Amino acid sequence: MSDSKTALVTGASRGIGFVVASKLAEAGFNLAICGTRQETIDQAAEKIRAASGVEVLARAVDVSDREQIQGFVQETAKHFGSLNVMVNNAGITRDNLSMRMKEDEWNAVIDTNLSSVFNAMQAALKPMMRARGGRIINISSVVAGMGNPGQLNYCASKGGVEAMTRSLAREVGSRNITINAVAPGFIATDMTADLGDDAHAKLSEQIPLGRLGQPEDIAAAVCFLASDSAGYITGHVLHVNGGMYM
Amino acid sequence: MSAEIEAKIIKIVSDQLNVDEGEINPDSSFVDDLGADSLDTVELVMAFEEEFGVEIPDEDAEGIQSVQNAIDYIAAKAE
Repeated sequence: MSDSKTALVTGASRGIGFVVASKLAEAGFNLAICGTRQETIDQAAEKIRAASGVEVLARAVDVSDREQIQGFVQETAKHFGSLNVMVNNAGITRDNLSMRMKEDEWNAVIDTNLSSVFNAMQAALKPMMRARGGRIINISSVVAGMGNPGQLNYCASKGGVEAMTRSLAREVGSRNITINAVAPGFIATDMTADLGDDAHAKLSEQIPLGRLGQPEDIAAAVCFLASDSAGYITGHVLHVNGGMYM
Repeated sequence: MSAEIEAKIIKIVSDQLNVDEGEINPDSSFVDDLGADSLDTVELVMAFEEEFGVEIPDEDAEGIQSVQNAIDYIAAKAE
């Protein structure tokens, strides 16, 4: 077990996070995954174990709680004896026009999407610095760059994630720790299913490739950044969006 | 007690900075003599915290610049 690598993925019960975790398992990583509810994250873990045979540690974690997310990162490093890759994927939306946005809608998105990433990275640095290497991959969003009406909070959180990615990449590059982000465009998940079919058709018109992306498209980018081949890439935001923003 | 602390600290510094224990004196400055960078000094403090089971606040950590500083600090904490 000691010679296989460990990857941690947050928000892995479903959507992009689940597929990212599954693909990392296929690539041979043992996994630590977390989600909001124990039952759903256990189900995700069971599917991954059955498909790939890797060891999966599954926990219910409120990533917006500093103690919980840092505790999960520490538990992972202790349990597996290493933490090679961390994918900060967990995220929420609380959409509203800015003039109507409530303070709790702002705070919930910033706590869950931005502060959680800082807290997770801070905890991950200890085992990664000790190991003189590691990969952190943060899931951003195309709207960090282009903006989106009704998503001021979400855009701010993802823009912050990209800025942290660059900042930390500079801080810990000397320790062979790379920090990158993947910025998905519109991907067919529960998060975008809420928008409805009409919105999907309209969205597709704005995408040069003429369709929404799939979670597998994002997972492939994450797996690349986690691979040995990507060792010289750091501080980068990899856009995976069908050309909708370039 | 103090000799034991000194030996442990020199071992930690040697491991962290990849310097032979023989080249480390109490007077050695982590940065000037042993080639530590700013991340190394943070990691050293973390390693001291772990080894000796103490918490070293940032304002105290800034004062730990040499092997002797570390020995004195840990010895004082241990009392």
